[in-house]
Order: sequence, then C-alpha cells, then structure tokens
Amino acid sequence: MLLIPCPWCGARNQVEFTYGGDATLKRPSPDANAEGWFEFVYLRDNPCGPHDELWLHSAGCRRWFKVRRDTRTHDILASARPDQPLTGGKP
Amino acid sequence: MTQPTQPYRLPQGGGVDRSRALEFSFDGVPYEGYAGDTLASALLANGVHLVGRSFKYHRPRGIVTAGNDEPNALVQLARGARTEPNTRATQQELYQGLIAASQNRWPSLSFDIGALNDLCSPLFPAGFYYKTFMWPPGPRWWLRYEHAIRRAAGLGRAPSEPDPDHYEHRYAHCDVLVIGGGPAGLAAACAAARCGARVMLCDENASFGGSLRGAAAAIDAAPAATWLAARIGELAANAETTLLFRTTAFGYYDQNLVGLVERVADHLPEPPPFVPRQRLWHVRAGSVVLASGALERGIAYAGNDLPGTMLASGAQAYVTRYGVKPGTRAVFFANNDSAYEAASSLHDAGVVIAAIADARPQSALSGKRPQRAHAAGMPIFPGSAIIRAHGRLRVAGVDLISLGGGAARRIDCDLVCLSGGWNPAVHLFSQSRGKLRYDDALATFVPDASPQAIVAAGAASGKLDLSAVLAEGYAAGLAAATRSGFHVAATSLASTADAIASGPLQALWSVPSRRGAKCFVDWQNDVTVADIALAAREGYRSIEHLKRYTTLGMGTDQGKTSNIVGLALLAAELGVTIPQVGTTTFRPPYVPVTLGAMAGHEAGPNIEPTRHSAMHDWHVEHGARMLNAGLWKRPHSYPRQGESEDDAANREAKNVRTNVGLVDVSTLGKIELQGRDVAEFLNRVYINRWDTLAVGRCRYGVMLRDDGMVFDDGTTSRLGPTHYVMTTTTLNAVNVMQHLEYLLQVDWPELDVFATSVTEQWAAAALSGPAARKVLAGLVSIDVSNTAFPFLAVGDCELVAGALRIPARLFRMSYSGELAYEIHVPVAHGRAMWEAVLAAGAAFGIMPYGTEAMSTLRIEKGHVVVGPEADGRTTADDLGMGKLVSPAKWCIGKPLSARPALTAPERWQLVGLTAVDGAIPRGAKLVADPGQAAPTPMLGHVSSWCWSPNLGVSIGLALLSSGRARHGETLWAVSPVADARVKVRVGPPCFIDPEGERLRV
Repeated sequence: MLLIPCPWCGARNQVEFTYGGDATLKRPSPDANAEGWFEFVYLRDNPCGPHDELWLHSAGCRRWFKVRRDTRTHDILASARPDQPLTGGKP
Repeated sequence: MTQPTQPYRLPQGGGVDRSRALEFSFDGVPYEGYAGDTLASALLANGVHLVGRSFKYHRPRGIVTAGNDEPNALVQLARGARTEPNTRATQQELYQGLIAASQNRWPSLSFDIGALNDLCSPLFPAGFYYKTFMWPPGPRWWLRYEHAIRRAAGLGRAPSEPDPDHYEHRYAHCDVLVIGGGPAGLAAACAAARCGARVMLCDENASFGGSLRGAAAAIDAAPAATWLAARIGELAANAETTLLFRTTAFGYYDQNLVGLVERVADHLPEPPPFVPRQRLWHVRAGSVVLASGALERGIAYAGNDLPGTMLASGAQAYVTRYGVKPGTRAVFFANNDSAYEAASSLHDAGVVIAAIADARPQSALSGKRPQRAHAAGMPIFPGSAIIRAHGRLRVAGVDLISLGGGAARRIDCDLVCLSGGWNPAVHLFSQSRGKLRYDDALATFVPDASPQAIVAAGAASGKLDLSAVLAEGYAAGLAAATRSGFHVAATSLASTADAIASGPLQALWSVPSRRGAKCFVDWQNDVTVADIALAAREGYRSIEHLKRYTTLGMGTDQGKTSNIVGLALLAAELGVTIPQVGTTTFRPPYVPVTLGAMAGHEAGPNIEPTRHSAMHDWHVEHGARMLNAGLWKRPHSYPRQGESEDDAANREAKNVRTNVGLVDVSTLGKIELQGRDVAEFLNRVYINRWDTLAVGRCRYGVMLRDDGMVFDDGTTSRLGPTHYVMTTTTLNAVNVMQHLEYLLQVDWPELDVFATSVTEQWAAAALSGPAARKVLAGLVSIDVSNTAFPFLAVGDCELVAGALRIPARLFRMSYSGELAYEIHVPVAHGRAMWEAVLAAGAAFGIMPYGTEAMSTLRIEKGHVVVGPEADGRTTADDLGMGKLVSPAKWCIGKPLSARPALTAPERWQLVGLTAVDGAIPRGAKLVADPGQAAPTPMLGHVSSWCWSPNLGVSIGLALLSSGRARHGETLWAVSPVADARVKVRVGPPCFIDPEGERLRV
C-alpha cells in the first residue's frame, strides 16, 4: 500500500485516494479535430519508470493533484497541486 | 484417562511450568503436558514422534523442527466451528483440553491405505499428473481426473461452519520496527529506544529471547537470562515502545508498510469476551530492523524422513526450552559446528550420543564446540555421512559410511539430528525488494542491499556467533534510529559475549544412494533428489519452473527448510553455480495468515458501509423488503397481508396512474453548484443548453463521457442567479461528483464554480399521480396551481401539518409521467415529511410505492436508466435523445459522438416492445426467426421488461439494430437460458401519454 503525499493534507495511506490516470494529458480545445480527441481519449503511454499521474484525495480533502510515481518500484518521487509543476525525479 | 507420566520429560530445565499440568488429546488418545509447552513439545514429552502422513506418498512423518519452518507436524485442531487445518504443532501453544488430530491418513495414522502410493512411487514422478493424465486428448478427461486428484490431494479439512470469532485490524506508525525479539532484535530495539525513537518490537513466540531462550550462553559475563530480563525490562518501562508477542511479520510492502499478524487468543481454548482471536497490524515504519533469525536446513539421504529425524536445532530446543528429550539414543549428521552445541545439550540431558557423523575432514573440527564434544566422549566420525536410515514408523538405526570409501556401518538409534547449515530468514528483506548475495562460507543467500529502509541484523544477516549478533544488533538499532532522524544517544551501551572459535562449514546437500531410494529435499511436498534430477533432465532449468513442476518449496512452509537444498541440487545437475540458479521469488505471507485476520471486521454485513435514508425505518415498519442500490437500501414494495410482492408492486404502480403515490428518492445524488460560471459549466458537461435556464426553473440533462457515450442523466435546478442544485442517478452519484471535481480542479480551474455533494443533507420524496396537487395544496405554504407553479418550476416553501412546519424545496418534475412533485427537506425532517404527506394524501387514496413500481412506471413511459439502457455503449442518439444535443455549443463527448461508427443507421437504438402473447422472458435477445439454424443473428437485446398493470400486457424496452426504422415489425424475444421465446411487436419506447399531457395539467 502506497504512502501518498497529498499537497494539502500530507502523506496518507493509499486507501484514502482514487487513481485518476495520466496527468500529462491536456484536454483539446473544443474545435480540435477528431485525431486530437482520439489521442486525448484513447492513447496512453505505459512508461517503465517515472510516470506523472493524477490522484484524488477522495476520502480526504477531495482535491485532485499530481504525483510522479516510478512504475517499476512504486517509489513516489514528487507530488504537486494541479496548477504547479512536479519537481524532482524527472521522467 | 490421561497417562500420568511424561516419560521423556526432563526433571528440570526449560521454560515449562511443571506445577501446571494440562490435558490434551491427539488422535483420540489422552495425554498430559505442561503450561509453556507447544503441542509438539508435549507430544514429544509423551514419546509421540509420528504425527502425520506426507502429502503425496503418505509416508509416516514426525516432528522435524521447533519453529515456524515445520514441514511435517501439521495437525487438525478440533474446536467445533473453530476447527483449523494444517496447524503447525510446533507453533501451537498447549491449552487445557486441546484436541488435535493427524491429517492425510485413512483409516489410521499407523496404518494408512494411502501409503500404497509409496510402493507405487515409480508411477508418481515429478509432474506426474501432467504426464499421466494427458490421454485421451481433450479437456473432458482431464476434468474427470482433476476431480479425483483434488479429492486425493489436500491435507486437513476446512471448517464447515461460520467462524464464531472476530478479528481486528490496527494501523500503527513507529520510527523503528524491529522484527524478531532474539538477541539481535532486543539489542537493536534497546539501541533505537535509547535514541528516543518510537520502537515496535514483535516476536512470533509467547516470550522474547529467540535463540537465547534456554541457552547456556553468557553475555556481559553473566547468564544470558539476566541480560534478557534486563533488556525486556528496559523496553517494557519505555512508554514509547510497543512490545508485541505471538506476532509474526508476514509481509513487507511499499514505503515500509509491514503486515503483522498477532495471535491474540490462539493459545486459549477460545477468545475471552470482546477479545479478537487475531489482530492484523498495518505498521508504517520509519525504518525496519530485520532480526528474524536463521532457519536450519537438512541433508538429503535415503530415509531422511523417518519419524525421529529432526533438525539439530529443533532437537536442542526441545531439551533447552521445554525440558523434553526427543529421543534416548541419537546420531548427529552435520557439516558445521552448530550441531555440536545441540549434541552437547542432548548429552547433558542424558541422551546417548551414539555418533556424530561430520562430512568434514578431521582438520576442520578444530572449533571450540567439536573439541568440547570430543572431550565429553562423544564418538565423532569425520569425513562420514549417513547413507540410509532404517525403521518403519520411527527411525531404528542408520548406516554410516566414510566419504572416502569403505563399507557401511550400522548404528542403532531412535533419533537422528541433521544440520546442513543455516539459511538467514531473508524473506521479508527480499519482499522489500532487497537484493540477496550468495555467501560461500555459509553456502547460502544473505541480505545485500534494499531500496527500502530496512537493515538485517544477527542471524538474519548471516551472523551466527553471539558476540557478532549482539554487536550487529546494536549497530542496526542505532542506524535505524538515525535513518528515522534521531541522534545517537551518548548513553548507548554495547553488550558483549565471548566469541566462540568455529571451524568452516562444508557444503553438503545430499548423500548419493542406490536407485529408487527416496532422499527427501522437501518433506512437506515429498520432493526427492531424484525428482529434481528428473526435472533438470526434462529441461526445467529455471528454479521458478522447477518449483512449479516438482512443487518444491510450495505448501504451508513455503520450503523454509528445503529451498536452498533444492536449488543447490539443481545447480549441480546443470553444472552451474548456486548464484547462477538464484532463488525463487519470496512473496508474502511469510507464514500462513488466516482469511479471518485478512478480513478483520469487514465481514458479513460489515463488508461495506450501508446507507439508510431518513425514511428507512418507516419502510421496514411497513413491511417493505429492502433491496441494495449501491450502498443504499431501498424498498422493493409494500406488500399487504396475504399479497405477493409482484401484486403489491402492480397495485402501487396502478395507483400512481389513478390516484397518487409517494416514493422515497432520497438516494438520488444531489450536488450544489454555486458561482458565476455555473451556466457555462453546465453547458460544457450536459448535452443540452443551460444558459437559458431561468431562476426558479429546472431542466432534464444528459451527460456524455469524452468518448461520446452516455454517462449519466438527471435534473438541474436554478435556485438563484448563481445557485444551482443538480441531481444524479443513485448509482452514479459518486462518479458524477468526482467527474465534476476533476473538471473544475484540473481542466477548467478558471471557472468560478464550487461543487458540494449534499446527498446526505436532504431527504426527498416524489409525489406522483393525478391527485398530487390536491394532496400538496393542503400541505404547503405556496400556491401550487398550474399557473403559479407550472411544470418544471422550483421553489422554496414550508410544509405545514398541524404544529409542524418543515422547510422544503419543491420541484415540479415527473419520472412517472403523471402530475408529480419532488419534495426535498433537510434530512432530519425526512420521516416527518413522509408521514405528513401520507396523512394529507389519505383522503385521495395515496399509497407509498417502492422501486419495483417506480421501474414499471418508467418503463411504461420509456425513460432510460443508467445501467440497463445507458450501459456505457449507447450514445444520446441511440437512446432517442439526439435532439437534446444542442447545436449551439460544445460539450464533453460531442466531438467523438460524431464519429461515423457512432452515427451509423444500424446502431442499436432504443425501442419499446409489446408481447403479442405471454411474458417477455428475463434477459432476452431479439431475433427475427428463432427457428433459424444456429448461430442465429442477434438483432438486439431486451434491456428492461415488466408486466404493465396499466396496459395489461407484458412490455419491455430494448436496444435494437436500426430500431427506429423497425417500428411495427414483429420479432422474437428469446432466452436460450430459460428456454423461452415470445413474439414481440416493436414500437416507440413510450407506451403511455407520449404527448406528455398528464404531467403538464
């Protein structure tokens, strides 16, 4: 079970959180073409190593935030609010 | 009655209390032991070695160890509903009245029919069932064989009654967790505690001490017991230290989370009131000291499984810890010095040491312990090995050979003590993703480095000499405290013991024997040296493959005594080094953990939370059967005396269309939205337009996922210029809230919108039927006439019933298709509101209705539901709501719902079905001609179906290919499962009042 550092509440047990997928995706603008939407909805990288992802502190402060997690080791390298960059453990 | 004597009990010594005799029975025979015994030590005190039959060959087996590594002594504890299979007799503390039985034998332990397997063993080589049961080809025969194999396999019997005990989980945090309370662990715990760290120390036994229990060693020039008492006292006096007995660390997880299982009451006949049987600890440690000790390994030779064959450390433990002689005349077989200490202990206890066969040459026997044994007159045979054991149900003698050649010499004995060296218990270190390193001197794997904050100390890191163990324990405790941010205390003290000079170990895994003789590597799974050789010849070169092919290292002991021997033999077969073979993966749990401990209190009704509406008690009091709707309980219907549930639901549904009904809709998700940009936000998340919604009005909306499929539906009302309230479906309330929070926090933080779930804060009921307004008119403080409060109006009001005044939100919306209102009140007023509305409606024939009638009413109206119709594969257009999609704006899911595949005319579209005769079967598929040869092309499926009490016919909703173009066609609804087929007529999904006039009156 991971220990996840919520930027607002501090480190908490994984059971308090909900996984939210790839944090590097950017929602296309409304007038984006079909390829842009296709990429946003369906295409995901499956990196071996550091991965930037979204988590929701669903049984806590109910804030979404970003986590950089090493998919090989489960090491949590960094976490940040959605509007701030992740620093440390560069992917 | 009980046999009065314990013939193998020593007059003194060991940690048992000879003043407290305990009666127990094994296979129906009564015996006596003492408080402080394990079941194994009490059996040995009574001379019982034969305790079980082996898994595959049903060979007689005895107690081998005194610890958690026991492969053979697995018994069934008979305690009624508390019966437990595969209990290790070496770990089970004796209690008054304990009843145990041997396993895997019939009709009796000493005469077992299954032992025929042993005589037929050429038929059962490694992987025999992969070879034997492959004919005739095809899965049918394998399934028959499997049935028989499964019945023949297995050891004990699982309990058949519900578990009467309860189990609990605890979450704990500490700076330093020390696993193992032996000399290294105690030294580490004291060192860390003196630095100020919060320490947790756990040990699987009933008392701390580990290898020091009963040992003759001296520490700081005093008996080890003195040191032990001082360290335990020091830790017990420290308020920041938690000491856990009977607690095994079984799993090491991410970020230093360690799972412990505490056997709180397994040493008692049954747990005292309010005490859990076991407790599972989730410990998040700053750093961990692994002081889990080492496990001795055996040596394979012919007949090394006869009862009376033990590991030397096990035999010694019974003498020193329990005051029991495991035999009268012992032969030792060793390749290292530690066995000599065991031999001395047995010798001092009066056991005749008939021989010590040491594989090493005389020159290696210069250590202090062999010298002492020699001086005590024990016959030592250097360069020798046991080649074969004699006996049937108990070892009667062994054949000794000189490894240099020559004839065998028979030596009579009733006990054989083996020592093939020591394997550090690296399991948890390896689970922490720690790397292991092969140590040539120890001929085994030792901890190297871990990416997690764990350090091994003492025997767990390969230190076997007490002075080194203590030094490493202190150092590890200080290192762990430092790693957790503490400064090394100036008062740190080290303890010392005299180093004992030892000769080197000489690796020896097996003794060659004649063909056909069984030399066991893995006692529990009956894996022999020949099995490993065969597997290697057949190409199983990976240790992981070898394990699965031969079952080496599986079972309840997970190969604690056998793994290293097995992989060393594989290395020899393959002609590679042991590190090249490597180890199998160590996975949790280190020892068996009960499912009860894993579940904790989350069992039975507590497996997940239950949500009750404010009107729950009323429903139950009025005869409703409550159904699960997600975590909620909802009433199915309210049957009257002598009425079936179906009849009740039909009566309720009919009454809504003729008079008026009331249904509890508190379970709908409710989300308050406030802010300047709510209308813009709603425009983006719903397919229809929201910037045109006036204050005091509500609107139905549909949400899509980004891929264009329908996600959820519901209504949103505008209560004020910047204040809205959204409802969601019951099952999707959490998902919708999460979706909105994601959009507002991650994608569109610039929008001024705040979303708050208020599902729990409001109780809600829907009042539906032609008489709804008459019921309400006498009850609410506002004018509810059609002109003052038209369809889709929203407003605050008060319910006035006698002295009762309840603040309420009133919504004029309809799910049933009748004139209807939803009344939302603060949750504390829910039941009062419900009863007030029913009282006001009594004169108009009001009846409460449940979810079954609600479902019938919505099917009659052709309303879709998330789940049956909006099943994650349907678009808004599929569900007939294409016109709802506003062309004037963008919304989530709109771009991708325009994909050609999602707009093709042959897509499955929502239609209504009317049975021509009979009733539409459950889970039916739609076909044109059921007489067609299989596979019959499926045109669609029935998504919802019911008997319509208002139409007097069976109806349904269906998703049908090109459905809208098929109105008027006749198809068949077929269910191969129910063997039913019914002719159905296709039409529009709405069966009643398609113009919607009733709800606008």
